[in-house]
Amino acid sequence: MDFSLLIIQALNGVQLGLLLFLVASGLTLVFGILDFVNLAHGSLYMMGAFICASLTFLFGSFVLAVLVALPLTGVLGFLVERFVARPLYDRDHLDQVLGTFGLILVLDTLAHLIWGPAGIAVPLPGWLQGQIAMSETLVIPTFRLVIIGAGLGAAAGLFWLVNHTRLGMLIRAGASNRTMVSALGIDIQTLFALVFALGAMLAGLAGMLIAPITEASIGMGNNIIITAFVVIIVGGIGSMKGAFIAALMIGLIDTMGRSFLDDLFKLFMSSDAAENSAPAVSAMLIYIIMALVLSLRPQGLFPPRTR
Amino acid sequence: MKTFLTLTLAASLMSTAAWAETVKIGFVTTLTTGAAVIGKDMQNSVNLAVEHLGGKAGNLDLEVIFADDGFAPETGKQATDKLVKQDNVDFVAGYIWSHVLLASRKSALDAGKFLISANAGPSQIAGKLCNENFFSTSWQNDQTPMAMGEVLNRQGVKSLYVMAPNYAAGKDMVSGVERTFKGEIVGKDLTKWGADAQLDFSAELAKAKASGADGLFVFYPGAAGGAFMKQYDQAGLKDMLPLYSVFTVDALSLPKLQAANLTGVLGSRTTQEWDPTLDNAANKKFVADYKAKYGAYPSYYGAQSYDAIMLIASAVAKVGNTTDKDALRAALKAADFDSVRGNFKFGTNNFPVENFYLREAVVDADGVWTTKVVETVFEDHIDSYAADCKM
Repeated sequence: MDFSLLIIQALNGVQLGLLLFLVASGLTLVFGILDFVNLAHGSLYMMGAFICASLTFLFGSFVLAVLVALPLTGVLGFLVERFVARPLYDRDHLDQVLGTFGLILVLDTLAHLIWGPAGIAVPLPGWLQGQIAMSETLVIPTFRLVIIGAGLGAAAGLFWLVNHTRLGMLIRAGASNRTMVSALGIDIQTLFALVFALGAMLAGLAGMLIAPITEASIGMGNNIIITAFVVIIVGGIGSMKGAFIAALMIGLIDTMGRSFLDDLFKLFMSSDAAENSAPAVSAMLIYIIMALVLSLRPQGLFPPRTR
Repeated sequence: MKTFLTLTLAASLMSTAAWAETVKIGFVTTLTTGAAVIGKDMQNSVNLAVEHLGGKAGNLDLEVIFADDGFAPETGKQATDKLVKQDNVDFVAGYIWSHVLLASRKSALDAGKFLISANAGPSQIAGKLCNENFFSTSWQNDQTPMAMGEVLNRQGVKSLYVMAPNYAAGKDMVSGVERTFKGEIVGKDLTKWGADAQLDFSAELAKAKASGADGLFVFYPGAAGGAFMKQYDQAGLKDMLPLYSVFTVDALSLPKLQAANLTGVLGSRTTQEWDPTLDNAANKKFVADYKAKYGAYPSYYGAQSYDAIMLIASAVAKVGNTTDKDALRAALKAADFDSVRGNFKFGTNNFPVENFYLREAVVDADGVWTTKVVETVFEDHIDSYAADCKM
């Protein structure tokens, strides 16, 4: 019984980690390659969820809605890059933080105006709504497995894109030395816009995947963006591999902390004290990890070689 | 809203000329973040109450100033400070969240204002921190889960798993159900709450299921309620771990669950002090006019806010001014108004002494998902902290 609970919680942790990776990968791409702090990355996650929710009701199909919402979120990212990010590239990080923080407020209010304050519950098709039983005690909601599959698929696609395509080569070259790349006749502006749109699509996908579990709601992006920053700091800013490993690590630590910390605390303190302190400590756990990493290895666990 | 604004504007223009002719009510609720859905319902109900009163409390004009607490105690306190110091309101009302109310109470009470909670009912304010100028038109947090604990006993539930958010009211809810439930509590999870609340309950639901409990008790108000219900449904727990909830399945979560066709929620049971089906004239008028104006059922948040405005208006109408604090206090305590709950009376700590009902999620005659009363669990229930209140 305990062992199957452990497996279920591990899968839950992997699922959370993969969602975090989808958000963090866009963040680390934009931060590492464009040297741009995008606090509003979480708002793109929220817009992805809302657009997908509306389309689900329009088409009557969640899968179709995701397929249409993905390019739409990409276009939104493209527009954000063109009109908000691009004028801020040459400014310092504080200006970028202020600019994108303003964008969060604008997008949150826009969502409030368009969709109202209530948030939208996204219906799933019947075949995704059920559970899969792997054994007597090992029963997992189907959609959680779908998230794991989609997350792994997106991660694999991203690795292939960055490491084995011409576009990926240009992205990596742009990250190492952007002046040289543009001197070689590459349109670096378009390249950056594409990277930004790609990041928006990945964040949007995460929002679309979480919406049927929680819901599309205002401010949902602000919850995940802080954790996503923790992920890229732990993983090493600009590193895709670091983001992947750190995201899984943070997802697993957070889930395991929520699951087993109170039992662990009960071994050496009264059960009342354990019940009170465990939630507080498990909420802090990932920040403790971040502080540890920062003190021992300030550049992150897997810093990119070229920076 | 437009007419209301003109009303407010007219009232504020008049207030410079004839200051005593206006009664100002500051109403603090959540108007941003995902929890704004609760604030919106309260705001609608307050506006409906003002409309039903013709914008007047006796001979005085009613002016309501809404303020946003942003779902955070520090913002709520700032909003309260602004209402008290800058707008110089006569009454501060509202408050969805216990931690916001606890952070804001001193700002209102130290300035000699009347503080009326339309929802939050933290144990501290019902007990040791009670105050003659504080009144509640809702309940003390423990009472609703205490009623649920009693229901669990009647249904023969022997073991229970408990989940609630980790803040003042979440802890009160847990201690409420623990107080009356006679079986064993086999596990408990307090999850992160606030503007960055945890909404993915996969780990907790897996633990609850593995615990082998007879039932699952939860408290997830606002947007979190819809999220919880979906995950409970997706995890397929309906048959093996029956759900007993408070403040989770309500007029705010049901329409969204209906839109997503999550039929698992129908038939689920919850306890509450009010229901749209309560049979009295004030309630029928409130529910019918709310539905006509806003196109949805009101929630208990709305009903309590409506009562808060009616209570204030009844006291001001009786006294005829806002300067005689002693007379106003006595008039508030008398609670001489037509509540949507039927009879309304205050206990020694200025919390209502009221009935609690078991409600069931059902489909109404028009096909809309709502709730109806199944039975009365407690009659004239007094909260457990009233004895600690010395005033």
